[in-house]
Amino acid sequence: MEATIARTPLYDVHVAAGGKMVPFAGYEMPVQYGSIIAETQAVRSSAGMFDVSHMARLKFTGDRVLEFLEQITTNDVSKLANMEGQYSLLPNPNGGCVDDIIVYRISPTEFRMVVNASNHAKDVAWIKSQNTFGVTIEDQTDATAMIAVQGPIAADIVANLASDPASFAGLSFFGVCDGVVAGATVFAARSGYTGEDGFELICDAEDAAELWTTLKENGVSECGLGSRDILRVEAGLPLYGHELNDELSPMAAGLGWVISKTKSFVGSGPINQARAEGTPTKLQGIRFESKRFPNIGADVKVGGAVVGQVCSGVYSPTLGCGLAFAFLNSDVKIGTACEVDLRGKDEPATVVSKRFMAKPKA
Amino acid sequence: MSNIPADLKYTKSHEWVRVEGDIATIGITDHAQSELGDIVFIDMPNVGRALGTGDSFGTVESVKTVSDVYAPLAGVITEINETLGAQSELVNTDPYGAGWLIKIKMSGTTDEMLDAAAYAAIAG
Repeated sequence: MEATIARTPLYDVHVAAGGKMVPFAGYEMPVQYGSIIAETQAVRSSAGMFDVSHMARLKFTGDRVLEFLEQITTNDVSKLANMEGQYSLLPNPNGGCVDDIIVYRISPTEFRMVVNASNHAKDVAWIKSQNTFGVTIEDQTDATAMIAVQGPIAADIVANLASDPASFAGLSFFGVCDGVVAGATVFAARSGYTGEDGFELICDAEDAAELWTTLKENGVSECGLGSRDILRVEAGLPLYGHELNDELSPMAAGLGWVISKTKSFVGSGPINQARAEGTPTKLQGIRFESKRFPNIGADVKVGGAVVGQVCSGVYSPTLGCGLAFAFLNSDVKIGTACEVDLRGKDEPATVVSKRFMAKPKA
Repeated sequence: MSNIPADLKYTKSHEWVRVEGDIATIGITDHAQSELGDIVFIDMPNVGRALGTGDSFGTVESVKTVSDVYAPLAGVITEINETLGAQSELVNTDPYGAGWLIKIKMSGTTDEMLDAAAYAAIAG
């Protein structure tokens, strides 16, 4: 296979701004513009934006589209009203995941889906193979761009740049609207991947650079993939390929809340079994005392015995310490003291809720 | 363009050395800290350890990578920068000053090391 690397419509803007470009999921993407820590802090304290145009955007139309999506996704699509979205999974027949996704309902006969860049081709092939419902599937990825604007003041900044600020400001979490922001026609969703409020804006590819530049002029910091990974770990959000894959049960990753208990779907048999019987390992959070963080695959030990392995690790500027996700034997309880192998030395840590930013229960 | 002070000596692996009498202060260059990104931890050696030229004497951990640091010349470690335990970011903000790593009593020389102009040619 010929290895080709793609560029998003914002590539030139990133390079001009000093973005350090790295290959990611087949695209040249900015890992950072300046300090990854400063970019993380911008999102937690004010507003930052990410080029997420590499994520794939699919459009589904047809009379039986709801029926089709109920079959190939885990969440209850029937619960969506028009102009609402939901986090969901694309299960496989064996109880693992093809991908994790967002599904948006536009109308009873039109839905959209955003999927991971790394799974783009795999997802499209899988979805088409399941389409016995006469649904038309259109890949809109190359024609469009996607910018995630995130942070406590992000929604206000976007709304103030919109031709109809009230329709943006009034959107609830996972609500979507069509509108115009800074002159660009956008499809806007009140969602993100950072644990902060904000919007994900999908616009025509040719409008992306001007929209990005206007957001920057209005105080939104440019942020790269480095800070995006830290922010999603701090917020307890999984990343496909780390916390989810074709083999792992999403029940082990703690995603039972996006899996319908009432409908039948691809792989619902093995997933229901995993829900009923439990899984041998469960995804947990690991919090370090120091600022150090482990490599993926590092052993987690309790009392000298290996109880699991790390699947993501970051330094958290927000909490001032290292954090990790790890799949641990299901009998390991939150609050357990552990050690994690950091390049040959045991570093002390504690098993904690993977929702690192959540306030402890009183 | 990174900062490369004219009065220091350099290695291809991006360490710098400042010689005062028989004591050499060693750190990593501005170019190195920029490439590593935000530094969160430095695994330091013990005082008294004897280093040969090219020996790894510690690791620098940043938010995105881990890198070994190497002795530019031979000597015995007389002091480590204890401040970096709590303020590892000093290596980012002041790599040639408060962000120094170790001091050694020299037994080797800096003759084989790069001057600023030669280092600039490889580090930009």
